[in-house]
Amino acid sequence: MKYVLMFCGRTPQEVARWEATSEEARAQRDARVGEWFAEYRSKIGGAVQLQAAYATTSVHFTTDGRPLITDGPFLEGTEVIGGYAEIDVADLDEALQMAKTWPAGGVEIRPVVSSDRS
Amino acid sequence: MQEATHDETHAALNTVFREEAGRLVGALVRILGDFEVAEEIVQDALLVALERWTVEGIPAQPGAWLLTVARRRAIDQLRRDARYRDKLVALEYPVVAEPDDRLRLMFTCCHPALSRETQVVLTLRAVCGFTTAEIAHAFLVSESAMARRLVRARHKIMQAAIPYRVPRAEELDERLGEVLAVLYLMFNEGYLASGGSSPARRDLAEDAAWLAAFVTRLYPREPEALGLLALMRLHLARAEARFDTRGKLILLSEQDRSRWDRRMITEAVAMIEQASTLGRPGPYQVQASLVACHAEAASWQATDWPQILALYDLLLQMMPSPVVRLNRAVALRYVAGPETALTEVEALARDLDGYHLFHAIRGELLLELGRCEQGRAAELRALTLTDNQAEQSLLRYRLSSA
Repeated sequence: MKYVLMFCGRTPQEVARWEATSEEARAQRDARVGEWFAEYRSKIGGAVQLQAAYATTSVHFTTDGRPLITDGPFLEGTEVIGGYAEIDVADLDEALQMAKTWPAGGVEIRPVVSSDRS
Repeated sequence: MQEATHDETHAALNTVFREEAGRLVGALVRILGDFEVAEEIVQDALLVALERWTVEGIPAQPGAWLLTVARRRAIDQLRRDARYRDKLVALEYPVVAEPDDRLRLMFTCCHPALSRETQVVLTLRAVCGFTTAEIAHAFLVSESAMARRLVRARHKIMQAAIPYRVPRAEELDERLGEVLAVLYLMFNEGYLASGGSSPARRDLAEDAAWLAAFVTRLYPREPEALGLLALMRLHLARAEARFDTRGKLILLSEQDRSRWDRRMITEAVAMIEQASTLGRPGPYQVQASLVACHAEAASWQATDWPQILALYDLLLQMMPSPVVRLNRAVALRYVAGPETALTEVEALARDLDGYHLFHAIRGELLLELGRCEQGRAAELRALTLTDNQAEQSLLRYRLSSA
């Protein structure tokens, strides 16, 4: 069963807080993220880390179909996607187990549409 | 058809559906590996049964009858579907229900990846064999809206691959907690709404208590499951005395206690004691003890309020919620007087402004303290906040006599 784990990225406030934390604390978290990837290596198909939300550009379409370019993500929510990983596991419980041990924030679990199921 | 016969048929139907539906859905999920198909097939079979049995009577072996219809439907439906061709063979043989089937099914329906309300409606449908119409009626939504919701829930189970299994030991606490929360909500939905305008509907409270008993049989060493079952039984033991002949709600203080089911109360109290020997106290056990305090009192005047207050203090430590504080304030009124209780209630105004019982309790305290105008205003506010007819008529009665 394939899922995409979408990792919550940092909001501008969190980015500020993150930049204020010590070099050591940051290194520790990076190490924990590295351990997590190592532990689940066999389940992970591919993973991508995204740049912060302020680097985002969105293209919307107006009602008459014209493209409209804006600075920033679609939804200025409190949570933005900071990266994602494709995983292949037995079922949702296994995906949940991975998400619960992710050391760097919230995770959204989305099942992937597969070609052999309608 | 006479009214009594009609009711009897319905009661018998409910019992059979409750006994057979979950077992059948569970077995089919196991064999087909597809919750969606299994659930739909059994629901179809139940609808056929509902139509036929009300006319022809319930067959001698209702489980076998349902299985035959379900199997025939499954074969019919799955013949066109390449994915299940080999599984059809398994279905040609009699389907043997494994004892764990219904339990697995319950854990699937109460999976934490589903919203609480979805967990409740799925459990009612797949485990208890409620029809979509019955569930829609219980939750006061249209049948088509409930049908859409059930379709989405079944899709999610399949698409997100929510597993069909009993959780591992290290997850059991959390997952059993989900199941118990669903059963408690189901019970309350049935119990609180039982004064509504529709006496013929299937009783959610009875089904919830039945499932809670099922859970305690499988997990006899889980004290919270025992606590929840005791809590339900203590409420059910007094259900008869809650309404007068015209369906009007009677307050605990006014109830005829000789109409309470003493045997059921004694059994529930024994269950609480059994749970406490397991040494893991929890909110359901404390709530059951609270209700037991009322149930064991010979009269309203004989109620052991200091003990009730102490139990509320304990519950508040476990579940620090404004609603628990509000209920504690009622006990406080009988230990420390209405003035003290009112101060405590007023402190909850911000959290509970939308909760009708906050205004009802506040109103009662104000009236007791002779602040009639404010009291009536609070009771009026309570009236506008509840949909429940029995509660509305009680509040109206209090307003007219205040």
